[in-house]
Amino acid sequence: MTNTMPVDLDRLWGRGIHHMKARRMFAAAAALALVAGACGGDDDTAEPPADATDDGGGDTGGDDGGDTGDDGGDTGGDDGGDDGGDDGGDDGGDDGGDTGGDSTAGQGGNLVMLQWQAPSQANSLLSNGTKDLLAGSLVLEPFAEFTPDGEVVPALATEIPTQSNGGISDDLTTITWHLRDDVLWSDGTPFTAADAVFTYEYCKNDETGCSVEVFADVTSVVADDDYTVTITFDAPKPYPFAPFVGYTSPVIQAAQFADCVGAAAKSCSDQNFKPVGTGPYVVTDLRPEDTVSYAMNENYRGIADGKPFFGTIEIKGGGDAEASARSVLEVGEADYAWNLQVAPEIIAPMVDAGNGTVKSAFASSVEHINLNQTDPYAEPPSEGTPHPLFVDNPDLHRALSIAINRDELVAVGYGPTGAPTCNMWPVGAENSTNNDWCLTQDVDGANALLDGLGYMDTDGDGVREAPGFGPLEFDFVTSTNAVRQSNQELIKSHWEQIGVKANMKNEDASLFFDGTCAADACIWKFFSPIEMFTNSSTGPDGSSYLNGWTTEKIPTSATGWGGDNIPRLNSAEYDALDAQLSETALDDPSRADLIIQMNDILSTTATIPLIHRANPSAFANDIENVGELNGWDSEYWNIEDWTRAG
Amino acid sequence: MGLYVIRRLLLAIPTLLIISLIVFTILDLAPGDPTSQLPLTIPAEIRDQIRDSLGFNDPFFVRWWNWNKLMVINEPIHAFESVTNTCFGDCESRERIISWSSRSPAMDTVYQRLPQTLWVLGLGLVFGVLIAVPIGTLQAYKQYSWFDNVGTVITLLGFSVPVFVIGPLFIYLFSVKLGWLPTYYTTTHDVQWTSWSSIWFQIKQLLMPVGVLTLFNAATFGRFARASVLENLNQSYVRTARSKGVRERSVMTTHVLRNSLIPVITLLALSIPGIFGGAIITENIFRVNGLGQLLLVSIGQNDIPMVQSLVFIFAALTVLFNIVADVLYGFLDPRIRYD
Repeated sequence: MTNTMPVDLDRLWGRGIHHMKARRMFAAAAALALVAGACGGDDDTAEPPADATDDGGGDTGGDDGGDTGDDGGDTGGDDGGDDGGDDGGDDGGDDGGDTGGDSTAGQGGNLVMLQWQAPSQANSLLSNGTKDLLAGSLVLEPFAEFTPDGEVVPALATEIPTQSNGGISDDLTTITWHLRDDVLWSDGTPFTAADAVFTYEYCKNDETGCSVEVFADVTSVVADDDYTVTITFDAPKPYPFAPFVGYTSPVIQAAQFADCVGAAAKSCSDQNFKPVGTGPYVVTDLRPEDTVSYAMNENYRGIADGKPFFGTIEIKGGGDAEASARSVLEVGEADYAWNLQVAPEIIAPMVDAGNGTVKSAFASSVEHINLNQTDPYAEPPSEGTPHPLFVDNPDLHRALSIAINRDELVAVGYGPTGAPTCNMWPVGAENSTNNDWCLTQDVDGANALLDGLGYMDTDGDGVREAPGFGPLEFDFVTSTNAVRQSNQELIKSHWEQIGVKANMKNEDASLFFDGTCAADACIWKFFSPIEMFTNSSTGPDGSSYLNGWTTEKIPTSATGWGGDNIPRLNSAEYDALDAQLSETALDDPSRADLIIQMNDILSTTATIPLIHRANPSAFANDIENVGELNGWDSEYWNIEDWTRAG
Repeated sequence: MGLYVIRRLLLAIPTLLIISLIVFTILDLAPGDPTSQLPLTIPAEIRDQIRDSLGFNDPFFVRWWNWNKLMVINEPIHAFESVTNTCFGDCESRERIISWSSRSPAMDTVYQRLPQTLWVLGLGLVFGVLIAVPIGTLQAYKQYSWFDNVGTVITLLGFSVPVFVIGPLFIYLFSVKLGWLPTYYTTTHDVQWTSWSSIWFQIKQLLMPVGVLTLFNAATFGRFARASVLENLNQSYVRTARSKGVRERSVMTTHVLRNSLIPVITLLALSIPGIFGGAIITENIFRVNGLGQLLLVSIGQNDIPMVQSLVFIFAALTVLFNIVADVLYGFLDPRIRYD
């Protein structure tokens, strides 16, 4: 804002300074300039934020589409302790670097982590996105968390409930967790089942404004005794590891949040900034959108084993992904940088500087194209009326899919953080191989398919016409983001070779991914024939994710455009498989098969999967014991194990 | 003079009300909703309840009036209370403007951001002026000399090369290549004036952002000072002084410079609100999480209460310092009288 001053003040001054008029004019001009400066500044910078939301938003927003909000991981961090409101300060103070007793915990000094989207608060249950969930995951813990492989491992629980150990009922509607009895909150009081029950009640009150959705199908959470919790679902849940599993739904302390339930939640900023937790760290200072400082939780159960290694942690926000990457990889002034969605040609030379490495976590994020199964130009739009071309037209889908050169899309936009895929659920053993034909571009094959359908270019303008529909010309919408626009451009050129014309459009990420669907541009309304974004699951469970494309999940105006089936897939076969899957127990061998069948229907009708996306993060060379990057849970899920060499 | 000030201050009230109406209206028309971050599973009635409890469903003018009450009455009272450690009435439960994204009082975050913004922008302005005035004066005195020409080229460069070009250039040179300076500003660093290492740390992290702003400010004020001195040098009172045999040094310092500085000081006063407004581009490039960065992030997150607060504060300061500039003018220039 100070950057603008009237340039021609000299001239203005030239005429009699002694005149009040001139002086006034000058003052007015300067004031105007200042205001203009303010506005100008916004303008100049309007783009970076758009990008920012995009990168983050691409993922997050994309996921929103599906379930919660964030990308890959969804499980809860394992860490976190913290002192709440009052004690916070004290604890933090002492923690500095020394540890209790003979333990070596906390002697590793300070760890500097860059999260360019800075946390706005640390209560994971009220999160505004991954940035807040990560901040909370150092402090708050769930019953169990996900490993990088998608396995469920205990955190506050003593074991993972299964049908064979009696933890999951035979009708698959209840799950019973046995909790550790040796866990203390960071304020020194014992953690019990009552805290979990409170957490459920806290979020079950809609007015609290919890952003977690895992409790939506839970009918009760009961403490059987101090260390046993039974969760009952409203329907059979073959995969019950959602409530209190992963960093999206950790347990908060009943004592601290007792007065923060419902409408009272909005005046609880102290509690939200410094939640009392059971994890390895406590928040000592939280500055919204700027910096979060942590100190070791003196009551953490791992201290006897010398965990955590680092005595203090600082999460520093601001700037953008590229600047964070530079700090770790080129300058070497920070230890970790999060979410580095940066063009491959920018990040490669940074890695060559040799200060650190980039790790990627492939979870379930898939950049894909949705083919609207309803007619966006009918009345009412995108409701009811089937699309004249996209429904039950496997050859058209296949032609559009094989015309695309996915390797090119990866090379231009993603580099090592993306891989071509033909599946919406490209996860582990459930990754289907039936659609691999899409991996090789085949323009001739695509042209032959369209010829076979009778879509010919009758008027010689390079665009085919379909009988009864007209030219194959479609609006192709995605969010405003450099990577997306470059990919959009490529796909447009690929489709040109088969006589299909795409009109590229892009929408601001904040409108495109806006969960309230206030603007017509939002992905749920889908008032266009083709759109592209990233979707991902909130956990490694394919069944609940694929359930999002059943007929009843189609967004309509009647449901306020809520619903995950954005392409409006309407397949009786798919719905039947979903019903069957919902009754198939977790250890049933046919489970993976059903998931693959559903994926195959989805990926060959209403969606064109393009790229399996990873979340890249950078680590300094001397940070050790991080293991694989976790795409299913908080990237800080094992932060108590991290150490520094030397 | 006193009467003039009072009249101006009274006039500022309707001005501010109009500004607040404009700010509020524009942001009210922007898309954004306090419940937009909530999961889609929350039914519409509950959303409506939440909106209700936030007063979001009230008629426009009621909301505007309530917002004014919070901004102009409650927030200043709260600020006064926390500074003086006093308490008037129900200070514990006094309603405040709550940010949608952090769910904490918006003004608390603003106060938190002030130190870094003042450090960087304040020093940038001070150094800029300190460099600009002597150089601009000398340039004017030796108009068209090589010193003037070189100075003009440099000021034009500083003026026209944008921060987003110089900034990354500095970072590349001083951080990436030489490794001397940090690329981000640590806002939690509490400067200990008794510790050299602490002061050195602060200097290092200030060098690049302050350097860039100093360059820009020096260019602006330099050109301004030069023009002002030039004009005065041609005035008849200078000729008179010289013909009376006054030493050249005295002509410059006691006559020309004094008169020439009047507009410079006015410009300085008008630049002060800008310090509080933050420098959006500079703050983002050097990752100084000050008020400019806060405004940007808040816009990105649709945190409308925060944006409203920031824009209104900035507008209010602009109005205030306009008055200050006018009053200063009366003091500095004997030809101006407001009675």
